Amino acid sequence: MDLLTDSFLSAILLIASLDSEVFSIVWVSLKVSGISTLLASLMGAPLGFLIAYGSFKGKRILIVCLNTMLAFPTVVIGLFVYSFISRRGIFGPFDLLYTQKAIIIGQFILILPIIATLTIAAISRIDERYRKTAMTLGANRLQTACVIFREARFGIVAAVIAAFGRVIAEVGISMMLGGNAKGFTRTMTTAMAMEYDKGEFILAVALGIILLVLSFGINLVFHFFQGRTRT
Amino acid sequence: MKKRNLILKVILPVIAILLIYGIALGEDKIIKMSTTTSTQASGLLDVLLPELEKDTGIRVKVFAKGTGAAIRDGMDGNVDVIFVHAKKSEEEFIKEGYGTKRYAVMHNDFVILGPSDDPAGIRGQSNAASALAGIAQAKALFISRGDNSGTHAKEQALWQITGVPLETRKTEILKEGQKGEICFVFPENSKDWYVSIGQGMGKTIIFADEKKAYTLADRGTYLKFKYGRKESIDLEIVYEGDSLLNNPYGVIPINPARHPHVKHDLAEQFAKWLISPKAQSLIKNYRLMGEQLFYPDNMKR
Repeated sequence: MDLLTDSFLSAILLIASLDSEVFSIVWVSLKVSGISTLLASLMGAPLGFLIAYGSFKGKRILIVCLNTMLAFPTVVIGLFVYSFISRRGIFGPFDLLYTQKAIIIGQFILILPIIATLTIAAISRIDERYRKTAMTLGANRLQTACVIFREARFGIVAAVIAAFGRVIAEVGISMMLGGNAKGFTRTMTTAMAMEYDKGEFILAVALGIILLVLSFGINLVFHFFQGRTRT
Repeated sequence: MKKRNLILKVILPVIAILLIYGIALGEDKIIKMSTTTSTQASGLLDVLLPELEKDTGIRVKVFAKGTGAAIRDGMDGNVDVIFVHAKKSEEEFIKEGYGTKRYAVMHNDFVILGPSDDPAGIRGQSNAASALAGIAQAKALFISRGDNSGTHAKEQALWQITGVPLETRKTEILKEGQKGEICFVFPENSKDWYVSIGQGMGKTIIFADEKKAYTLADRGTYLKFKYGRKESIDLEIVYEGDSLLNNPYGVIPINPARHPHVKHDLAEQFAKWLISPKAQSLIKNYRLMGEQLFYPDNMKR
């Protein structure tokens, strides 16, 4: 219990002292996770939409594959990306390894399936009559899509929330591809893992508490988008 | 029918008793040890521990981590003995009553690694401190462990004698209600060339290799990465041999006065075995890729 109270107070102390290093870590975390979530959403949601409404051969197996990708260990994704961007890899000359871009690439691969599958689930639950009504009212394909997207908004935003939660809490990819370089690629989770390795448990948990508080704030914002007209 | 009865009534119970006895006996002689990654990664423990078991019957459960974390394990009483390389922290550890005694087991040395073209011109520097100062002067990329490990402690100690202006970074935390500080020393205004990554030796070597940077490493881990892997690294030793780079390893049994549950007698026996002539000569004769890695500290030459 001492560990928890000490950590809690240390977290407050860290925030109160406006510790520049903590701010840098928080900023890197938010920036990297934000960009990867944004990119994955921009691609994953339309992808899920196309799969949900498309009728093509192998659709079911594609969905099963996407669902399987939800279980991808971060270490595997990390190694996969690593093999491409390390100095001996194909993209070696771009000098991507141990940069924030590298983390974003890995995280993008991690959450694209999450957003796609949850979007499929959200859209599949929309009553077919919405689509038909829209079309009989003379909506073209794009307009129909917009109607459905609007209706599935709650579920799609939930997909984005889940994806963001996954990347902000993820440590494997950030550690392997980012390398935890202080001031550049040190994120909240890699910093926690490092403090644990150093035996500084209090600092590790303090950072964890800050992470949770931040996530709470971000989820409040998401909730605003999600439920504005519903409640 | 009778034969079956015999099996059921006599042989099975006997086996069961032997098994339980065996497990109990085995349990008794197992100790837990936290150690640095270098003792395990270098393969030394694989040579020492089987011999230890032969001689004393003691089996050791090994947890390899950074020296900081290993010492922390000792403080928390998670293990019975620690085997680490950060003399200063080890002495503090004993002063604070966590351990009973430090046995000097062996030493090896640190080397400064760098890209083969040596952009900072470190080769042939007169001592380790001036080598590091050269890196600072050239603002050549330097990767630091930054993880409170023995290697990191050594690096900070070296910077302190280079004369390069240093910066101390403090993070305030609360420990048991008291304000505490975690300190870090690194060269001043070094954001562009000094990268602290807070990871283990192996990861640091790979990081430095990827970025064609300099770093401080223990010789064993370096050899392992240079010659022991399918994919070798390009980094080379650009500076070695200064006595400042000595890296002493000590073994410390945890103090039973602080943690009554630790198996102090066995830990003590283990520590004494490590400095026995037999173990010392095993350490002396251990070779990795044909090179001697560790030098025994309790051996008459």
